[in-house]
Amino acid sequence: MSLELATHNGNSAEEATRASSPLAIRGMTVSYGQKPAVFSVDMTVEPGKMTAIIGPNGAGKSTLLKAALGILKPLAGTTTVFGHSVHTQRDRIAYVPQRASVDWDFPTRVIDVVLMGLYPQLGLLGRVRSQHRSKAQACLARVGMEDFATRQIGQLSGGQQQRVFLARALAQEADLYLLDEPFAGVDAATEKAIINVLKDLRDAGKTVVAVHHDLSTVAEYFDNVFFINTRRVAEGPVATTFDDTNLQSAYGGRLGGAQMDALRPVHTG
Amino acid sequence: MSGEEFVSLSLVPLLTGIFVAVACALPGNFLVLRRQALIGDAISHVVLPGIVVAFLITGVVSTWPMLLGAAAAAVVAVISIEAVRRLGQIEAGAAMGVIFTAMFAGGVLLLEQSDTSSVHLDVEHALYGNLESLIWLDATGWSSLWDIEALAGLPVELPRMALTFVGVALFIALFWRPLKISTFDEGFARTIGMRTAPLGLALVIVAAIAAVAAFDAVGSIIVIAMFICPPAAARLMTNRLEHQVAWSVLFATFSAVLGYVLAGYGPLWIGFADSVSAAGMIATVSGAVLGATAVFGPHRLRGAQTSIG
Repeated sequence: MSLELATHNGNSAEEATRASSPLAIRGMTVSYGQKPAVFSVDMTVEPGKMTAIIGPNGAGKSTLLKAALGILKPLAGTTTVFGHSVHTQRDRIAYVPQRASVDWDFPTRVIDVVLMGLYPQLGLLGRVRSQHRSKAQACLARVGMEDFATRQIGQLSGGQQQRVFLARALAQEADLYLLDEPFAGVDAATEKAIINVLKDLRDAGKTVVAVHHDLSTVAEYFDNVFFINTRRVAEGPVATTFDDTNLQSAYGGRLGGAQMDALRPVHTG
Repeated sequence: MSGEEFVSLSLVPLLTGIFVAVACALPGNFLVLRRQALIGDAISHVVLPGIVVAFLITGVVSTWPMLLGAAAAAVVAVISIEAVRRLGQIEAGAAMGVIFTAMFAGGVLLLEQSDTSSVHLDVEHALYGNLESLIWLDATGWSSLWDIEALAGLPVELPRMALTFVGVALFIALFWRPLKISTFDEGFARTIGMRTAPLGLALVIVAAIAAVAAFDAVGSIIVIAMFICPPAAARLMTNRLEHQVAWSVLFATFSAVLGYVLAGYGPLWIGFADSVSAAGMIATVSGAVLGATAVFGPHRLRGAQTSIG
C-alpha cells in the first residue's frame, strides 16, 4: 500500500477521496474458470449516498460485491472500507444477499434470522436477552414485519423474506449497507417499504449500495450510478452519468429503441 | 431377565448403541441441512482401507492404530473429494460417489489379500459390526457399576463411544451459532467475519471422528442410518432447529433401544430360534421412524404451503 501511494503521489486528491470512501475497490478481477466475470474494476463509492450498480445479466454485478466483501476470492484487486481493510471494518458493514441464495425451508423463525444480525455482539455463547429481542423486534417493525416474528421463514412470501433480510441488516447497525438485488421478485408494497427504509438510512448519513436490475427506477431511487459490464463502464451522479451513451455502452446495444425511449423521460423529468 | 444378566449382557451394547446413535445424529442434523448427508455415507465406507492398512502395519486389531488409520483415510477422502470437485468442476455428490466407492473397494481388496483370518476383521464385520459381543464378563449385577475392579473389565468400546459422544456434543454446543448461521446463509456469515470454510471442515471432521469411533463397535450400516434418518425424521416434526436437534436425539435413542431389543428378542417372539444383527435392526427401526414421520409428521407438507406464497 505504501508503495502504491508513493507511485501515485501526483494524484493526492484522488487518494484522499479513496481513503474517505465507504467502499473503494481497485483492480478487482474475478474469474469462474477461464472467462473473467469481473475484470480490473475500480469503484469509489461516495459517502452518504445511494448508489446503484447496474449492468446486463452476467455483467458481474453481484460478483463484484461478493469479491469486495471477501465472500469470493478474487484473482486480483484490493478493497478498502472507510480507508481500512475489509476485515477490520466488519462491524460497519451490513450485507443483504440475494434472496434466492439461501434455502428458505431452513428450520428457523423470522425473529431468529434477525437475531443473526446481532451475532457480533452476542458472540459464541452470549445469552440472547430481552434487550436483544426487543431490538430485533424493532428492526422488524421498521420493515413492517413485526407481526411475523414467530413465523417459520418458509411460510413467508418472497417480498416478506426480502424484508426479513433487510431487518437483519438493520440489526447490524452498520454504516455501509450492501444489497444484492433487493427488489428482485418482490411485490409493489415491499418495494416501497424497502426503498423508504433505504432512504431513511441515507438521510441518517449511512451509505447504501445496491445491485439493481430495473432501469426504470434508477433515477427515482438512487443518487449515484455505477455501470458495469465485466469492466467498469462509468460511475457518477445519476443526473450526469445515467445517459444514453453509458446505457448503450454497458448494455452493448441490447436495449431496443423503445426501452431507451421509456427511460428518457424519467431522467430528464 | 435378572439384573445380573441384564448388566453383563445387555447394558453395554445398549449404552454403546445409544452413544453411537446420538453422536452420529447430532452432526447429521447440520449435514442434512447443508445437503451433505452423503458425506456421512462416504466417511463410513472410506475408513475401511485405513483400518486394514493400520492392521497390516501393526499386526494387531487394537483401538488406537485403527482409529488413526481410519482417521487418516477419512482425511484423505475429504481432501480427494474436494480435489475432484474443484479441479474437475464436478458436482459434490458425484465426487463423493467416486471417492467412497474407490476407497471401499480398495479396502475390500486389501482385506481379501491379507491374512486376517486369525483376527476379527472381515467384510461382514465392517458392514454391521458386532454390538452383541460387547459382553461385560466381570459384571455381577447393578452393584458392579460402582466396583472399580469390575469396571476395569468393561468393554473398551463403551468408554470410547461415551467420550466420542461428549466430544461431539461439546463441539455442537460451543459452535451452535456459527454452525446455524453459516448453514443457513454462508455469504452473510462470511461478511460478519465467520471463517466458514474451516468451520465446514471441522463439522465434517467431527462427523468423521464419530463414524470411525462407531465403526469398530457397530459397523458402517448403523453409522449411515444414524447420520440421516433421525435428523431427517426430526425435520418433519418441527420448524425450529433447536427442536429439530432435540427430536433427532430422541429418535436416535429410541431407535438404538428398540432396535437392540427387537434384534435380541423379536425373532424369538415370533418363533425363530436365532436373534438377528442388532446394528441392522437399529438401522431398520430408524428407517421405520423416518417413514412414520413422513406420513404423520406435522411439518411434512412445508413445500406445498410455500409454493402458494
